[in-house]
Amino acid sequence: MSIATASRGARRGERRSPRRGWRSASTWIGAAIVAIAAFCAVFAPLLMPHDPFAQDLGKRLLVPFWMEGSDPEHLLGTDQLGRDYLSRLIYGCRISMLIGVTVSVVSGVIGITLGVLGGFFGGRVDDAVLFAITTRLSIPVVLVALAVVGLLGSSMTLLVATLGLLLWDRFAVVARSTTMQVRNLDFVAAAWCAGCSRFRILLHEVLPNIASHLVVVATLEIALAILLEAALSFLGLGVPPPLPSWGLMIAEAKDYMFFSPWVIVIPGVALFVLVLGINLFGDGLRDSFGARSDP
Amino acid sequence: MLQFFVRRLIVALLVAATVMTLAFVLTRLSGDLAISIAGPNATQADVDAVRRAYGLDRPLLVQFFDWVGRALTGDLGQSYFFKTPVSALIAERMPVTLTLGLTGLVIALAVSLPLGILAAVRENTAIDRLVQVVALLGQAMPSFWLGLLLMIVFGLQLGWLPISGTGSWDNYVMPGVVLAFSAIPALTRLTRAGMIQSMASDYIRTARAKGLSRASILLKHALRNAAIPVVAITAVQLGFMLGGSIVIEQVFALHGVGFLAWESIGKNDFPVVQAVVLVLAVIYVALTMLADLMNAVLDPRLRAS
Amino acid sequence: MTALLEIEQLQVSFGSTAAVRGASLSVARGETHCLVGESGCGKSVTALSVMNLLAPNARRSAKRLAFEGQDLLGLSDSGMANLRGNAMAMIFQEPMTSLNPAYTVGSQMTEVLRRHKRASQRAATDRAADLLARVGITAPGLRLGQFPHQLSGGLRQRVMIAMALMCEPRLLIADEPTTALDVTVQAQILRLLSRLQRDLGLGMLLITHDLGIVARVAHRVSVMYAGEVVESAPTAELFANPRHPYTQGLLRCVPVPGRIKRDEPLGSIPGTVPRIAPGFAGCAFRERCAFADESCSSAIPRHRPSAAHDFLCRLPA
Repeated sequence: MSIATASRGARRGERRSPRRGWRSASTWIGAAIVAIAAFCAVFAPLLMPHDPFAQDLGKRLLVPFWMEGSDPEHLLGTDQLGRDYLSRLIYGCRISMLIGVTVSVVSGVIGITLGVLGGFFGGRVDDAVLFAITTRLSIPVVLVALAVVGLLGSSMTLLVATLGLLLWDRFAVVARSTTMQVRNLDFVAAAWCAGCSRFRILLHEVLPNIASHLVVVATLEIALAILLEAALSFLGLGVPPPLPSWGLMIAEAKDYMFFSPWVIVIPGVALFVLVLGINLFGDGLRDSFGARSDP
Repeated sequence: MLQFFVRRLIVALLVAATVMTLAFVLTRLSGDLAISIAGPNATQADVDAVRRAYGLDRPLLVQFFDWVGRALTGDLGQSYFFKTPVSALIAERMPVTLTLGLTGLVIALAVSLPLGILAAVRENTAIDRLVQVVALLGQAMPSFWLGLLLMIVFGLQLGWLPISGTGSWDNYVMPGVVLAFSAIPALTRLTRAGMIQSMASDYIRTARAKGLSRASILLKHALRNAAIPVVAITAVQLGFMLGGSIVIEQVFALHGVGFLAWESIGKNDFPVVQAVVLVLAVIYVALTMLADLMNAVLDPRLRAS
Repeated sequence: MTALLEIEQLQVSFGSTAAVRGASLSVARGETHCLVGESGCGKSVTALSVMNLLAPNARRSAKRLAFEGQDLLGLSDSGMANLRGNAMAMIFQEPMTSLNPAYTVGSQMTEVLRRHKRASQRAATDRAADLLARVGITAPGLRLGQFPHQLSGGLRQRVMIAMALMCEPRLLIADEPTTALDVTVQAQILRLLSRLQRDLGLGMLLITHDLGIVARVAHRVSVMYAGEVVESAPTAELFANPRHPYTQGLLRCVPVPGRIKRDEPLGSIPGTVPRIAPGFAGCAFRERCAFADESCSSAIPRHRPSAAHDFLCRLPA
């Protein structure tokens, strides 16, 4: 004998988000930073005013343009071996971006494969995937990466392979949970009924529908890989010298930082801004996809 | 409940066993260890001597099970460089790393919990946005670089804190802050999200209808429920912090386990390296189990099922 | 003697959406006043306005909002908190989620008394056990130590009722307290509320969309439509002599013995509640009303056929 069903709803009212404007601004800032970094990375040889490896011991530790006594030839000054800092910075951007993207591809392939298999098949397969994720999380990343590079000698390929093998966990976690959601949706059931093979369903129904979540994870992983590469290079077990990785630049300049702080400030700011930009861009993507991909 | 923990324990043991295997394989990656241990100027006779002395002439499987068997009794082998038992070395260095990790954790919690609660209470205001910006900045900050900057500012220019060493408590302030930075973004976001969800729930409306004070509503009723996911992540973050402390120990010359591992990698002292990997992994697994236990304490629904 | 609760010209809006548009009603001491209406008509918002429990983005204003003669609009947050749970208490529609899952029933009940009456833990526990027994819970001592998830929905609602009564309130606001429960439990809870109201002399504002409940427990009924109280009368008067077309429509939807003939279909009201845009004038029911004409879109007078009965319609019918 009810007139109508429950009457709630109005209680909490609807919440307008005044954050949207700010959010999109931050996304654009992030996108701009990422675009500039990508441009620098691709066109590094054309953009560098000097050879980043050319030493000039007569011009060591020149100060950057905003300080008294700077050399207009070297806008950001020179390092302890007289190498042009701006050129090394641009080349370093290429290395960071290269490592970030390749590591993300390697870890993405591993993580997405594991996550999709676990989420799609469930049962024993899923148990095994969960176990792999748990094991991976218990392994100290920096230490193991250092040990591998330390034992096998530093090279870019080895670094990418090592980080790729270590950073797939978030891909797997997100791919697994989103696959589980998609698996139970009607169109997947429809594909089953239409007699599609498992492989076909995975490739044509599941993957396209979890792709947006994975793109967001990929941005976060690129940022993480760049930070880790810098840390490893800083510890001397990352990118081999004389390649100008930003982490390596900071390590090499460390001895001079108390007298000329800018030698560590410049590459550090570059690293910080790039990672911040990628994260802002990733957050923006997540908001626009309306997805949450925090593990 | 008990069954759940037995299952967790079995998984934990399996994880430890897998990590042991991986750590063993890892140190054998470089091929012939005897050559690297003997050094670049060694003769073939020297290398053979080293190989025999360290038991590297035995089949790999025998070496592996020998190591596992000893590790189970707490014997993690001998350091090639220090010529002392690895377990003693780790035990000697562990207090520094644990002090650093716990300092970092305390600082991280002291910053993230208030910030997260504040952002949640002032959701969608300038304060909330500011807190989120702080979290973003923290996430992008390279820890070793932040450490160096702090050393320049607080160590050299202001002269407030020592730049390196492990002598007294103030040696741990800067490294602790730097380490905390890595955990603050995740903890702040989780606290904020948990508090927002909790504050919008029906039981908070009930608490307000009961006329309870604002402090009681926030800290007793809302935070208790928001804390459940935070506790889980806190334990995991402490594990990550202990693993990540290797970079910070190096920056601040803190002679902890991370520093030991870094030194040992440089010296091909592989028993130490594999032991540190194993110990950190076991600590991490133990911490996640501790988090499950604490969740069961905090959430009565878990206790029942 | 002033009424226990007086609401005059209450307005509540969320952003540009008006949820309550000038609703007025009053609850006398010891009276059960039922507020009925469809979903979204503003019943719950009216109740939450009295308790000042609206969402932060809600704007509330009124010509008068008073409890025992004390103005509630100008009252500070802490002054309001001192009344809530103390002199006026509220129970909600969702017993499953209205108790904090992290604390025992006892802890949640005793904190009310400790907060408002500075009672000792011992005294508060005794009072809680007494009240649990009074709301028909067996083994109250056991229940006090249990967590909400260990109780059924009906038990949880009894706990909510007992908790609301801890400080002997004069006014109890019950917002659809039986909607989420099984039918048999609904009847038990309703009998309990009605008995407690009589025994304790409570003033009760009972919000419901169920006219069957109204007929059984209410002394007085106010009918809400689109944020306004369109008709208010003593229960018997309202059922016997509904004046507003909406009230008449509602009563035709309900099978009341003696009023509805056999083989005659139950009525229904065509259309749905309109969304009220800012600047809306006239009768909100006119789109669905069989008697509407152009004059319904200008200001509507309130008629008062007797001292206790009023309604909002251009028709004096």
